[in-house]
This record gives sequence, structure tokens and C-alpha cells, in this order.
Amino acid sequence: MQSSKDFDLSRRTVLVGATASAAIAAAPAGAHAKQAGEPALSKFSLKVNGTAHQLELDLRTSLLDALREHLHLTGTKKGCDHGQCGACTVLVNGRRINSCLTLAVMHDGDEIKTIEGLGTPDRLHPMQAAFVKHDGYQCGYCTPGQICSAVAVLDEIKAGIPSHVTADLNAQPQLNATELRERMSGNICRCGAYSNIVDAITDVAGSQA
Amino acid sequence: MKSFTYERAQSPADAAAAAARTEGAKFIAGGTNLLDLMKLEIETPTHLIDVNALALDKIEATPDGGLRIGALVRNTDLAADARVRRDYAVLSRALLAGASGQLRNKATTAGNLLQRTRCPYFYDTNQPCNKRLPGSGCAAIGGFSRQHAIVGTSKACIATHPSDMAVAMRVLDATVDTVQPDGKTRSIALDDFYRLPGETPHIETTLTKGELITAVTLPKPVGGTQIYRKVRDRASYAFALVSVAAIVQRDGSGRVAMGGVAHRPWHVAAADSEIPRGARAVTARLLADAATTHENAFKVKLAERTLAAVLAKAKG
Amino acid sequence: MKFDTPATTNPIDQLKVIGKPTDRIDGPLKTTGTAPYAYERHDVVANQAYGYVVGAAIAKGKVNAIHVLDAKAAPGVIAVITHENAGKITKGNFNTAKLLGGPEIQHYHQAIALVVADSFEQARAAAQLIRVDYERSDGKYDLAAAKDGAEKPKAGGFGGDPDTSVGDFATAFAAAPVQLDATYTTPDQTHAMMEPHATIAAWDGDKLTVWTSNQMIAWGKGDLARTLGIPKENVRLISPYIGGGFGGKLFLRADVLLAALGARVAKRPVKVALQRPLIINNTTHRPATIQRIRIGTDKDGKITAIGHESWSGDLPDGGPETAVNQTRLLYAGANRMTATRLAVLDLPEGNAMRAPGEAPGLMALEIAIDEAAEKAGIDPIEFRIRNDTQVDPEKPSRPFSQRQLNECLRLGAEKFGWSKRSATPGKVRDGDWLIGIGVAAGLRNNLVTKSAARVRLDQRGIVTVETDMTDIGTGTYTIIAQTAAEMMGVGLDKVVVTLGDSSFPVSAGSGGQWGANNSTAGVYAACVKLREAVAQKLGFNSADATFADGQVQAGNRSAALADAAREKELVGEDGIEYGDLDKKYQQSTFAGHFVEVGVDAATAEIRVRRMLAVCAAGRILNPKSARSQVIGAMTMGVGAALMEELAIDKRLGFFVNHDLAGYEVPVHADIPHQEVIFLDETDPVSSPMKAKGVGELGICGVGAAVANAIYNATGVRVRDYPITLDKLLAKMPV
Repeated sequence: MQSSKDFDLSRRTVLVGATASAAIAAAPAGAHAKQAGEPALSKFSLKVNGTAHQLELDLRTSLLDALREHLHLTGTKKGCDHGQCGACTVLVNGRRINSCLTLAVMHDGDEIKTIEGLGTPDRLHPMQAAFVKHDGYQCGYCTPGQICSAVAVLDEIKAGIPSHVTADLNAQPQLNATELRERMSGNICRCGAYSNIVDAITDVAGSQA
Repeated sequence: MKSFTYERAQSPADAAAAAARTEGAKFIAGGTNLLDLMKLEIETPTHLIDVNALALDKIEATPDGGLRIGALVRNTDLAADARVRRDYAVLSRALLAGASGQLRNKATTAGNLLQRTRCPYFYDTNQPCNKRLPGSGCAAIGGFSRQHAIVGTSKACIATHPSDMAVAMRVLDATVDTVQPDGKTRSIALDDFYRLPGETPHIETTLTKGELITAVTLPKPVGGTQIYRKVRDRASYAFALVSVAAIVQRDGSGRVAMGGVAHRPWHVAAADSEIPRGARAVTARLLADAATTHENAFKVKLAERTLAAVLAKAKG
Repeated sequence: MKFDTPATTNPIDQLKVIGKPTDRIDGPLKTTGTAPYAYERHDVVANQAYGYVVGAAIAKGKVNAIHVLDAKAAPGVIAVITHENAGKITKGNFNTAKLLGGPEIQHYHQAIALVVADSFEQARAAAQLIRVDYERSDGKYDLAAAKDGAEKPKAGGFGGDPDTSVGDFATAFAAAPVQLDATYTTPDQTHAMMEPHATIAAWDGDKLTVWTSNQMIAWGKGDLARTLGIPKENVRLISPYIGGGFGGKLFLRADVLLAALGARVAKRPVKVALQRPLIINNTTHRPATIQRIRIGTDKDGKITAIGHESWSGDLPDGGPETAVNQTRLLYAGANRMTATRLAVLDLPEGNAMRAPGEAPGLMALEIAIDEAAEKAGIDPIEFRIRNDTQVDPEKPSRPFSQRQLNECLRLGAEKFGWSKRSATPGKVRDGDWLIGIGVAAGLRNNLVTKSAARVRLDQRGIVTVETDMTDIGTGTYTIIAQTAAEMMGVGLDKVVVTLGDSSFPVSAGSGGQWGANNSTAGVYAACVKLREAVAQKLGFNSADATFADGQVQAGNRSAALADAAREKELVGEDGIEYGDLDKKYQQSTFAGHFVEVGVDAATAEIRVRRMLAVCAAGRILNPKSARSQVIGAMTMGVGAALMEELAIDKRLGFFVNHDLAGYEVPVHADIPHQEVIFLDETDPVSSPMKAKGVGELGICGVGAAVANAIYNATGVRVRDYPITLDKLLAKMPV
């Protein structure tokens, strides 16, 4: 067994700043504010669902928050803001990423597609229609991310990108439930619609084949 | 997240120079780990140098038959590269066992190497952590430590390195190519790249101030049966409890590295020579100085049993 | 409408719309990202500022000083709310701990401040500038250590009596030729719904409107008014879409209160979402349990004595996890006892999570039954069937309204291939995998509670339902639309459903799997009123009139439904209220859960290969959305069995793995194709809908079915959840 030599729980009072550094910084009040300074702004362009938007945002703005808070494209969801759930999945230059873990400013000129760019309630994308048909959602909060991911997954299989469950690394990956489950695992659905989601994706894949 | 300034680097050497010149600067590429930590102010860079535009996204053959993997090659692309799949299957497998499809699309080769630990006390800024706040103590010791390291630990830190890719690169004897602020380049064997925690767990690699990873070079293919076996509670999208990267030759010789057990990908040269004698002998060498907690003691047996299964599979 | 005698034939029995596997009417909105959740309401009020929550860094103690000047001076900051400037805050009736802490701190990450700024980025950065001087005090964080000091909780609520006794348990158990006496543990768990708790608050003078994410609108409205000390009439809650709740959004939580306080001080609307790493310790969780179960049987496996004791912990004045309740009902046996004890712990607040009580209770009981069956040398399905009861075992004069547990088990056994199961564990292998099959029974009670609605008919013949009922992913929009369509004789395209607004009639809300039956029964009652109004307007005797295809007909006369509202909209408003049928009859839902697992022979990794649930739960209003409720609950049951555990730091007093990377819930790769069968059943005792709930039944017993399958695969019996590989490794077959 190991023990920590310098971690003393017996101390009765603890001074905790929320930051890593505040607890050791003996700086006078006010110094932090000066250090923090005014937020640095940046001007850039985001091309979302075919439309270019000129933005001037705090550099710290994630792509997710740029979409939701500034472009009011709230179909992309914030479930964790830390890359742990997949609700924020969007397609950037055709590839799916977690929009929470990237800065908006880093996507100047990129082609971004969100759930709103796939279809509308009156004109559903085939994947959206399949999710409705197979009841591949419940509360609906992870759903846009699931659908964006599902669209990308079918492309990734077509492109021959292997997965953890691909038996033969040197062969074209199969399109089957095991592959879909592994590839969709970065999209958590706490309502537990997984079985239906796989049915929906399989349905779309079958009609594309 | 603290405010920062931002620039897009024009060349690797410029990036390194800028990083050395600017106090509090950090490189950003995929950003999947750095931004996660910046949101919690575990990382607090005051200047970000975006290296994404640098031409470091190629995988090229080296004159001696190996592969030079650009620092910016995304995990997905590295795992899917035909040469990697054919000649370095253990690397493909390790990458595909890690994270999620979305994260692999963004995460880069260099960024994966530089991932920071997922120790929950490191992530909670209210808690002592010598890696985050040197001298504050280690709350994991005596705390929730099921995921933590069992070898190479210190009184200051029992964190693990979370990367799967790095374990495969270790077993493949990869080297890390860098450029320094003065424009000089160097290659660092992966074995020399990562440090053990010791008294300074906040210093994780042997990179110097401003030094930028430009590539990872793999020696020429060594053949053999290549296996990466990752053991975890959840079937996907989870960090390893224990992982084994193995290359086993027809004559029974081979190489083994482990993940999830130490502050760096774990390899012990003397253990490789025990491979013909089986998993117990190898594990005895690999984990000879294991120092476990009540919660992670199972990793020793798990490592041995996992290795046994890997070696059995390699034999066919 | 008072419901005090069993239902007879009514318009719902036509089953033209009800009972059909209808696609959800909210599907196109949810799949296109156009269903608006709380934090996304840019449309409702202008000039929204952003709030960021600071949680306490200690588990117990007090705040000596909270330094906010740096934060206040930071760019963009409008206000900082702490206990020092929040004004008088009264704890809500449904809360155990205060939603804004300080100076006293009751649990880790209890909210102590809200920073309001022009942007999210500014609020987040400024929140880190707040420094707090704490005084830590000793707390109790270890249930096992606190168990012996646990006390009898007060009776009442959903908990039932803390002690029950029938016959002479001790004597009967001592005399039983087959005895099982085992102790089981279940860990603390978190809801981990995908949408964080979130609220936009806006004041208009002394009137407060919150757009929030809440399962129980009337509870939330009442507690928000109480907490702020303002009249209920001045509060409006709007929550039309809820990104999952599972019990975590039953109550007023810190996001609502802090947004309201922030908006008051900032003098502009404020939006707050609890940050994910804060949610687990800041909000409620399912408490851990220690459960001792004793079962005595005769030589034929008939239970003669059954005893179930449970210990759990909570903050002072909190409540127990009622893990013994199903044991009072599930099996026969003349001598019985249960006991519930509650220890004081200083961990975050324990409260309801999907099937509170039954979910962890059955995780233990249904392993115990498996063990008792094995001791008696009887197949576990046969053992359960042999111990079936059609009456409340504590009060034999009180029958179950419907009880088809045996049918669930028999049909499930046939469909799942139970006969191929090896009775001896550790005998079936498929390559690297040891294969096992397990079964468990599920029971979840049908709770009846009043629920109201308003139904409008306009001149276009559109029927609009208004109720403060919520859809938390349960399919409520759709089953309410089906109910109104069936009652008014129109197609679903003629029905509009509006939910989750406290200005609408008060419904049952979403919890305890009571939502579907009660809320549709309330809509039924309102529709009866509207039908009367329509009949009267059109000059029909309402008792004779039939409503079908947009027409109203009686005798040989027929008129268009829309004609009744040609001059003026017609409105029917009523609710369902219940008599004592739930006293006369025990109303419960039942399931047989079947699971096949593979356990890796080397690593002991466990993967679920097949799952089946056979459910008897009254009339199934919409088999498509009901099935989804069940598979979702089965998925959560897999999580409970295999991975979900809030790890406690017993020195520091908090849940350490407090994000979605540390607290693992099942991902796609963990869940196989899932089968659900609903037995044909109507329960006229439950309501005019003859329905009951399924959303919690689906999780009841699943964990134990997984556990029993693992035992069947490996021969290793694990009694401490979650069943992770480290608990198997040492005893795995070589």
C-alpha cells in the first residue's frame, strides 16, 4: 500500500480557488482581473449548411457554442462539453467530430454540416426518417448527434476505414450490426434506444446498397 | 477557460520559436484533450499556436523501409493507412481501440502521444494533485484508484498514461522526431520520451521548452503476429484497465508492452526474452516491482491472464 | 371524473388509434434538431445573459469567506450571486439539501455561487476567480461503517412502513430445510440524462417565467415559489421538451433557482445549464444499499419464510431507498418480514432514480431467488412459478387486479430457449467465451394519481390538448394524441398536443411509471366533457352519440364534429381522480427478463449477447413507444449490472468519477438486439384507459438476470454490484 506523504486531510481550513493556480497565488485582490484582460476577439467565417457566416467572437468560443449561441443552430446539442457523449457531433468537411472540443476560430473556411443541414421536419433526410420509423430515439437530446454520426459511419465503411471489430484489417469492412454498434459507440443514448438506432441505420444502409 | 491570444504557425521551426518566445504558449492541433483541460483550467495557456496548417499530415516511407508519420496525421487516417494495416497491425488495432470515431477523426498522432492522464483527481481542481499543482499532494493515493498505475509509481503520483497508440508505438520501437526553437531537429526513442512520475509528475516527457513534434518514425516492419488487446469494463469508448501490445514471431520470440499499468507505456526489455516461457514469466518481469492499492491489485492477475490469452492467440 | 369502479366498455375500447404502433408525433422535430430544449430558447426573450455555477469544494463544513471581487471585476461580468446577496431562500418541500449553499455546506459541489456575464466564456472564466475560505468538518461517507447506527425512517410517502411482519418469520426460517441467508450490495448511481439541467429565467416585474427541463411541472412551480418566497401565481414553468430525466428532474434544482436569482440581480434574463462535471455531486442520485435476504423453503421449494432488510443512507432529514417493497408482494410465503433502515451520510442528496426501490431491491432479491432455487435443487423458473401468488401475501383478501407473472416466465422461457440452458454453471463455451443464461422476475407497482387536462375543439375540427404533463422521452405526446383522437373520433393529424406549461391543468407528471396511464386518463376525462359539449351544441343526447371519422352520429342523424365549434371554440376541462380501487386491489406490472451473457475466459470481461423481456402491464397504448421504454430500461439495467457505480472518496466525501468518462453508462457496443413481448392484457381496475406503466418495469429485474447469467456462465456468484471483471477474476475457471 502506498500513502501520500504530503496530502494532509487533517487540516481544518482549506483555501480553494476553483482554478489550479489560485490556491498558490498569493496575489492581491484584483490582480487576477487585470491578468485575465479583455477577451481576445477574432473575425472569421464559418460555412454552415452551405451558408457563409461572418463572425467576430471571443477566441474561446467552441464550434458548438458558435453554432448554438451565435448562429442559433441549436439542433447540435451540448450534453457534456467534454467529448464524453457525442451529442455535439457535426460533420466538418465530411467527417464527424465533437464540436465541443474544437475552437470555432479553427474552422475558418471549413464546410460544416449540422443536423439542420441534413433535413427539415417536412423533408426528412432518409436517416432522419428511419430514426422516426424505428423509434431510434426517446428524449431526443442525443438524436441529432446520433443521426450525424450514423450518416458519417456509412460513409466511413464505404471508404474502407476499419474499426475495432473489423476481423480482417486488410479487407473491406462489413456492414453489419456489430460494426455499426462499435462505430456508433461515441454517441451515448441514456434513454437506451441503441437497438432501434442500429435497426434504423441498417434500414438506410440496405436501401443505399 | 482563461483568455489567450492565437496565431497560426507558418512552419514547424517558426512554431517552435514562437512557443519558446511566448510565455505560456502551447501548440494546438486536434485540441481534443487540450480544450477539455482548458475548460476546467487544468491547462491555462495564454497563447495558442495553431499548427494545423503545417504540412505534417503525410505518412511517408523512410529510406530504411520504415514509415514516417507526420505529427498531424489524424488517428483515423493512421489506423486506416494500408501500409500500417498491413505491416504495423498492432498500431492500427491500438488506434481503433481508443476513443470514438469522432475523436479519432480530430486527434493527431503527436497529440495522442501527449495526452494527459485521466486520473479523476487530476481532473477535479478542488483536489490535491501533484501533476496539476506540484506540491499539493496526491489524492488518488488512498482514494479511488481502481484505474491507476501499478508499476513505476511514486509517492507523488500513481496516474496512468491513457494512450493506446503510444503502447503500440512502444512495442514497435518508434522514435519521435522534433524541431527545436533554434531550428535544430532531433529524434527521441519512445523509451526516452516519457518520464516516470518521480518527484515531478507534472513533467511528463523529455521535450524541451518550445520543442515541437513533427513526426513519429517507425522502423522497418518486423513482421510476426501483431496483437493489441485492450481490456475494459465497457465494450467501447473507455480507457484501458490493462492493455497488451504484442508482436510474436514464428520462433516464439517477441516483444510486449502494456498500457493502463504505468505513467508511460510499459516495456521491460528483460521481459521480452521470457516470452517463450509464457505469460507468467513475462509478467513476473514486467510487473516485478508492482506496488498496488487495494482497488487496483487485480491488474496484476488481469495483466497476466490477458497476456496469456494474447500469446495463445499469437501461436494460433 | 371520479374513477371508483372498474371500467366498463368505453370509446377507448374501439382501438382505432389506441394500441397501434404509431410513430411519435414529435419525431420529425426531434430528428431534425428543431424540438426546442430549455437552454435553446433564443426565441422567447431577448438579451439573455449567461450564468455559470460554482460548486463547493468540500463535502461538509462552512464557508468562512467567499471572495468575489476578482470575479465581479472580470470582463463582461454582470453579477455574482452567493448566499450573501441572494436574499431569503427557503428550502423547497421536495429538496433535502439547500440548492444554494453557504455559509453551511451540506455536500460536495453544492452550489455556492453563480457568475452572470454577457457571454458563456466570460462567465466560465470569471467563475474560476472566486476564492473561498472553507472550514471543513468531519462527515460520514461510508454506508457500511454507518450501517450499525442506522435508524428506522419515518413511515409514509412511497416508502411504506419501515417494518413489516406477517406470521413468525424467525421460527419458520429456522425450521426451513432449505435456507438462504445472503447479503447483497448495490452502489450509488446517477441518472446521467443527456440534457444537463438547464433553465432560462426572466422576470417581468414580480412575475417570473422559467423555461426549464422538469418532469413534474406543478412540483417545480410550487417549490420555486416557496424557495423564493413569492406567490405561486407569480411563477410560470415551461418545459415542453426534456432531454431525459429518469427521476433526476423530478424536483426544483439549482439551475432554476440560480437562474431566477441571477436574473433578478442582473435585471435581465439569465440562462444556466449545470456543467456536466458538476451534475453528479450537485444533484440527486440513487443511493447505495446493503440488503440482507433470508429465504426458507420446504423440500419442494415452497417458500415458508422470506425476510428482506435494507440499509441506505442520506443527508439529515432525507429518506431511505425503499429496496424491500417488492418483496412484500412478489412471492407467496406465510411468514415474512421486511425492515428498512436509514443512516445519516454526508454525501450528496439521495433520491428517486428510475424505479426507486424496486430497481436495486430486485437486483438483490432476484439473485437471492436464483440462489434459493439452486439450493432447493429446482429450476429457477419453476421455483418462481411454484411460489406465485394471486393475492397480496400480507393481506390475502386483497387480490392483484391482474397478475400474469407465470405467463411472462413461461412464454419467455419458450421464446428464449431456456431448455437449452445448462443447469450446472460453467459448462457452455463458445470460443473464448463462457456462456450463461439467466432469468429474473420484474415487478413494479401501478400508481394512480389525479391528472387533469383541457381539450379544445376549433372550427377547423382541430382538437388541441393542454396539460402540464411532460414527455421525457416516454412518448407522452403521442399517446395523448392517440387518446384524444380515439375519444373525439378524429385522425392524429387533427390533434395538437401541448405539454409542460404550468398555465395548463395540473397532470400526474412523469415519474414512477405513472405518467402514461394517469395523464391519458385525465385527457380521457376532459374529452368526455368535450364530447358532452359537442353533443349538446349539435343537439344530440351525449350518451348515445358516437364520434368517428370526424363525424358525430346518433340514431340516423350525423353532423361534422367541426360544426360544433363553428361559432365558438368548445372547451372540455376535467381530470381523473381515483377512489379506493388501489386499496381493494393490488395493481402491479410484471415482467420476465431473460439474458444471455458471454464472459471472456481469460479476462472475465462480460458482454451481453441476447436480451428478452416479456411484460404484462395492462393495455399497451402504443406498442412502438412502449417497447422503446422497455428496451431503454433494459439498457439501464445492463449498466447497473455491469458498470455503473459512483465511486466514493470516503476521506473527502464525494463521488470521484463525476463526469461521463468516469461514470460509465452502456454504449452501443454493450447492447445487443433486444426483444420485448407484451402479453395481451387490459386492466379495468387501473383507469378508463385500462393501462398501466412500463417505463420502470423494464429495468426491474434486469440487473439480476444479468447477474444470474454470469453465474450460469462462470460458476462465480457475485453479490456486489456492479459485476466487474475484477470481482470474477480470482475465481474464474482456469
